[in-house]
Amino acid sequence: MAPPRPVMEVALTVNGGPHVLSIEPCALLIDTLRDQLGLTGTKRSCDVQVCGACTVLVNGAPVSACTYLTYEARGKAVLTIEGLARGDEVHPVQQAFIDHAAFQCGFCTPGMILAAAALLREIPHPSVEAIAHYMRGNLCRCTGYTKILEAIQAASGAIAR
Amino acid sequence: MLRPFEIHQPASAAEASRLRGALGEEAAFYAGGTELLLVMKEGLLRYAHLIDLKTIGGLDGIGVDATTGALCLGALATHAAIEHSPVVAERFPLLAEVERSVANVRVKNVGTLGGNLCFAEPHADPGPLFLACEATVRLEGAAGARDLPIGQFFVDAYQTARAPEEVLTQIRVPRFGPHTRGVYLRFGWHERPALGVALALTLDPGHTQVADLRVAVGGVTLRPTRLRGVEDRARGRGLDEVLASLETVGGAAAGDVRPTSDLYGSAEYKGAMVKVFVRRAFLGAAARFNGSGG
Repeated sequence: MAPPRPVMEVALTVNGGPHVLSIEPCALLIDTLRDQLGLTGTKRSCDVQVCGACTVLVNGAPVSACTYLTYEARGKAVLTIEGLARGDEVHPVQQAFIDHAAFQCGFCTPGMILAAAALLREIPHPSVEAIAHYMRGNLCRCTGYTKILEAIQAASGAIAR
Repeated sequence: MLRPFEIHQPASAAEASRLRGALGEEAAFYAGGTELLLVMKEGLLRYAHLIDLKTIGGLDGIGVDATTGALCLGALATHAAIEHSPVVAERFPLLAEVERSVANVRVKNVGTLGGNLCFAEPHADPGPLFLACEATVRLEGAAGARDLPIGQFFVDAYQTARAPEEVLTQIRVPRFGPHTRGVYLRFGWHERPALGVALALTLDPGHTQVADLRVAVGGVTLRPTRLRGVEDRARGRGLDEVLASLETVGGAAAGDVRPTSDLYGSAEYKGAMVKVFVRRAFLGAAARFNGSGG
């Protein structure tokens, strides 16, 4: 029989709710979120931190859940796309993506929206250049970048109000 | 998917070093993980133990040496922390500028400067910049600490002079003098630079003579490399004279590096690009003498 695999306990909050999870030290955050917590909004795509489809926020900062150990989130707050809306009220970035039809197939959208939300928290009124620079690590293979840019600009105005 | 491993949480660099000594090649130091976890996911490296250096306090500080004025960067400072550091903005804005263009926001939030240097990926931005700035690295082992010029730190692709049980704890960057300006140019179409050129130009107080020139390239060969021939051709000559003969000066790079072909370009192409970017970097540095510096 193979030797028992190491296991550890981590306490963290996910979308505002506290969790104490039994995980393997080698567990990746994307797998913990999707398989252990059923939060499948976080998408695995390139798996090498380039595309941004797996973007989640840890203490407000975007990270690639595909290459981030769940161990690293111990004692921290993880936000996934499922936790962005407040009840029935969607986040201004989500509303702007709807209003501007800023998604086509939708696979990059959770990561796009979380990255944009983090950007607007850091820079409430970013220039077009600043948006393009911050979002350059989130790829849309439908190439709908113009709509995404418009949506983020609109959300920036909405958040200001 | 990662193969199983255990995580160790040392409280000091000495303890981390002792752990690595005891666990041997089954163990690796682990900082941000943006490089290490990638190769482990691919199965290219297999470790049964990761020694988490982030549990050692104080290795992510950014400060200034009161005596020498050198910028002291804790090896575990993330790219984002350096990009946004007020100390870096004041002391070495060129570094903040370079960190801004590293990878993407997610990698910058997690990846550390020390991890970047220790991984020694040939296509990386900080290496050539620090080489042109003549930075030093501090390596700490159970037996004590040593400082090494960064030119001796980089050995080959993915290889450094760090002993397996030594922890890179700090990078020290000497302050530019009042008559030195720096430029870093990166070129490429992927997240990593196809090539990077770092250049530090020092003029005489009258700003007419090239008192010193330091140029380093990354991504062209298997490790960041100084272009000594280029430097020698410019040093001691009039600024206008050098500006008028930049083709010749840049051409000296051919004697300094033998480019390697890889995914980012052929040796011939990289050789041609080095000349172009050395020229542009020199022009950029010279132009900074008319502005606010850098």
